[in-house]
Amino acid sequence: MTRTLSLAAAALAACLIAWTAVPAAAQDALPPAPYAYRELDDSRQEAAARALMHDLRCVTCQGQSIADSDAPMAGDMRHFVRTRIAAGQNAEEVRGWLEQRYGDYISYRPSFGRATWPLFVLPVLLGLIALVIILRRVGGTRSAVQ
Amino acid sequence: MMAELGLAALWLAAALAILQLVTGIWSMRAPELVAITGAVRPVTILQAVFAALSFTVLLYLFAVTDLSVELVAANSHTAKPLLYKITGAWGNHEGSMLLWVTVMALSGALIAGVEYRLPERTMQAVLACQGFVAAGFYAFLLFSSNPFARLPQPLAEGNGLNPLLQDVGLALHPPTLYIGYVGLSVAFSFAVGALVTRQVTPDFARAMRPWVLGAWVFLTLGITAGSYWAYYELGWGGWWFWDPVENASLMPWLAATALLHSVSVLAARDALRTWTLMLGVLAFSMSMLGTFLVRSGILTSVHAFAVDPQRGTFILILLAIYIGGALLLFALRAGAVAEGERFSVASRESALVVNNVLLTAILGIVLLGTLYPLLAEAFGERVSVGPPYFNLVGAIFALPMLAVLAIGPLLRWRRDSLQRISRPLIVLAAVGGAALVLTAVLFGVGFLPLAGLVLAAVLAVASVMPLSGRNLRRVPLAVWGMVAAHLGVAAALFGMASESAFTSERLVALAPGQATQVGPWQVRFAAVQPVAGPNWTALEARLEARIGTGAPVVLTPQARSFWAPAQQTTEAALATSWNGQLYAVMGGAADDGRWQIRLWWKPFVTFIWYGGGLIALGGALSLAGRVADDLKRRRVRARGARRRAQMVPA
Repeated sequence: MTRTLSLAAAALAACLIAWTAVPAAAQDALPPAPYAYRELDDSRQEAAARALMHDLRCVTCQGQSIADSDAPMAGDMRHFVRTRIAAGQNAEEVRGWLEQRYGDYISYRPSFGRATWPLFVLPVLLGLIALVIILRRVGGTRSAVQ
Repeated sequence: MMAELGLAALWLAAALAILQLVTGIWSMRAPELVAITGAVRPVTILQAVFAALSFTVLLYLFAVTDLSVELVAANSHTAKPLLYKITGAWGNHEGSMLLWVTVMALSGALIAGVEYRLPERTMQAVLACQGFVAAGFYAFLLFSSNPFARLPQPLAEGNGLNPLLQDVGLALHPPTLYIGYVGLSVAFSFAVGALVTRQVTPDFARAMRPWVLGAWVFLTLGITAGSYWAYYELGWGGWWFWDPVENASLMPWLAATALLHSVSVLAARDALRTWTLMLGVLAFSMSMLGTFLVRSGILTSVHAFAVDPQRGTFILILLAIYIGGALLLFALRAGAVAEGERFSVASRESALVVNNVLLTAILGIVLLGTLYPLLAEAFGERVSVGPPYFNLVGAIFALPMLAVLAIGPLLRWRRDSLQRISRPLIVLAAVGGAALVLTAVLFGVGFLPLAGLVLAAVLAVASVMPLSGRNLRRVPLAVWGMVAAHLGVAAALFGMASESAFTSERLVALAPGQATQVGPWQVRFAAVQPVAGPNWTALEARLEARIGTGAPVVLTPQARSFWAPAQQTTEAALATSWNGQLYAVMGGAADDGRWQIRLWWKPFVTFIWYGGGLIALGGALSLAGRVADDLKRRRVRARGARRRAQMVPA
């Protein structure tokens, strides 16, 4: 009984996915934005754009940067980054704009803030602990040998 | 019928794991009961036999594509090549967990079969612990991840395997990684056994060392193979992304690397006793944590294919029991274990302590960066921690660690002075200075790659220094192992720094007949043609790459369409030369008859994996040396015993 129920639920879910997938597929069928798969002519600007793209997270695929993703959304973001850099903005301005819009999640490089301070404080603490352990182990035993 | 056989074998193996725990503890309590003490080792071996049987049955079910089995139907397909049918057995949650417990059972059986150096009581505790851990993971399989569940109706066709996994990488990477990952359970059980019996001696360390070395060699190979697989399969030219799943394999490696050095200090000098036990517990704890991260579906990453919170809770409880229990035991007993021999500031022990602490600190950073986004998410904050963070913060600890790695092997045990090794130090400083001037002047590279290149040069020279002035034919294998492994670190570091500093990338739309330039290579797009494989069709580009007027190298990247499951993938094409790799990916068609071609020239990128291989080779040499020494010592001891026996009647 539960088996049939779960099968029915699965079928329903499959239908729902198929239904919601239609508009998404239609969207994917649009040609990618011009600079999704095109380099900027200025190689220095392209390098700056590329460096930034490696630091930005693809929000639809997760676990990949927009530089590495073939998702349409990542392509749109690449287009955005390239056109902004081409328009003369620097990488940090573009990153800041994206962070404001999408939150800290978008950037693989966490910036110091309310939600991220432990990422910076704990390594310092860890360094201090490491130093204390090293000094105690190594320094404290000098007299024992001499 | 076969699926039920596999399940029955799995239940029997689980029961034997519990029996192993019971007889192990019982024989520690009552050493006079020969029937019980004599049963521990056979039970351990029998458990492995049934685990292996169960796993073999799963391989068979996948090989014949038995579509009445839920797991096969969900993850396989009749049209797949046989190799991927078989390797698909562990390309899913249930199958990979079965591989996990099978490796655990086999490593337990291996120590039960050949390890006779430990005191018998410690050995009983070790096997009991091994059975205890295995029992939990058997329970996990049987109650929440049964690989042998049947479908009410067999399916006509299976769902197929993710095309990204249909590659020889799946045949090599998970088994080697798991042997390393789970092989560390032996070190864990050794540490627990020693804590229980409070017997931590150089003999204990000598018994523990080969097991740590063996697991570490496989872990190194597994990570290296996985990195190369991701590099050529994912098609974006990256070899490490600090993805949580990658970190999950790196963390046990860092702990095992520290353990390996610490156990050597204990064996050679009877120092660092508690530290060695701590690392033994830590290494396998990191393996279990990694299993939790990957298998619970808590991560959303390119690697995580299964999502099921119930399983996550189950593994979390297992983690709490095993890691918590071992740490508690450590806290209770560590005080009773004396720290051991002392040493002076300038000594090899000191260098190893510094490296151990720094490796553990790097482990801490990786752990923090991996878990923090999960914790933050629990509090409603979404943050990402990625390569920019790990590279920078990790380097703060890794750079001094690598510097000490260059000097440590030059120092003597116990007591030494920097004056004694002043000449090699001057040579190393000169090499570093020259490398710095050369790279900084010739190429404008960033700070981290620059530091990497300089340290790699210093390390390469330093790693062979322990051989200088010695008769090479009389250098012990273990020393060769150390030299090879350290040279491997230098090579890998050089590859990483070079890839990061000197990679050139081109993204172009080309019509057939057109050409472009990437690095020193001129690449001509000759043609595009359709090709077909067993379960895919593809468009294949023919690229002819040449340097100057040299002979052309042909690359054929493909854009593949699989039909079971329906999925598009890109097959990158690679041309390897001694000084790097040309990497080509074929993208989509533009509407004007041109094709997207993505090209990378990555100077010396291959050194990353050569280095990984060299590190593993070093471990293997060292292992061979230690085992040979041990066998020799045993023969000498046996001969002595025979002589004494002969002398008695006279």
